Amino acid sequence: MAVPILKQGENLIASIQSALTDTDLVTLRDALVDKVAALRIRGVIVDVTALDVLDSFASRTLRDLAHMIRLRGARTVIVGIQPEVAFAMVQLGLTLEDIPTALDLEEGLKFLGTRR
Amino acid sequence: MAPDDGFVTRVPINSATDLVNARQRGRALANELGFSPGEAALIASAISELARNIVSYAGRGEIVLWRDGDSGLGISARDNGPGILDIAAAMRAGYSTSSGLGLGLPGVRRIADTFDIASGPQGTTVTLTMRKR
Repeated sequence: MAVPILKQGENLIASIQSALTDTDLVTLRDALVDKVAALRIRGVIVDVTALDVLDSFASRTLRDLAHMIRLRGARTVIVGIQPEVAFAMVQLGLTLEDIPTALDLEEGLKFLGTRR
Repeated sequence: MAPDDGFVTRVPINSATDLVNARQRGRALANELGFSPGEAALIASAISELARNIVSYAGRGEIVLWRDGDSGLGISARDNGPGILDIAAAMRAGYSTSSGLGLGLPGVRRIADTFDIASGPQGTTVTLTMRKR
């Protein structure tokens, strides 16, 4: 299932709507990295509220996505990690390392707005 | 390890899209058995790791889920792939370091109450059980 990507000012918002396959995640990563340059984007928000699992592949793909976008000169913030998903990630020893996170879309936008 | 009653769900794993189905089935069973939402997410994550290994290394196989006693859930991932040559390496570290094989198995073992892995030229079977806390 394709993830809709909205442009709002200098930011992109990728709002995941349902469970994603590994292929969907990789497609999202590549689409965001492309659009950062094409649309001269400064910040990217990935909203994972709808994801009920963030396993090792998903965690790694989100880390890769954020690192690639940083290398392209923009910032990424992951928002909406659900409490049970956070619980499972910690138990499994999975982390997003240094990737910024925020509670929800609103906090994510604030974060990007203050870190120009 | 045999399921202890007739409550068994078999989910065929033939492609990456079956991962999503398998973990949703696992979560549904966990909810049905009264696991907390966090534990259900943990179970779904473990199934996701095991199913991905099947797709990546064996091509096809199955995930079997069952009720284990009064307060547990059993998961078995079975395939007829080439097997894991170095199980010790597969059980070390994770994606973030170079020393592990990146199969997600160390995390799965960490959260399991019982964990067993058997692998050879005829395939791999990973079996674990999880109890309600």
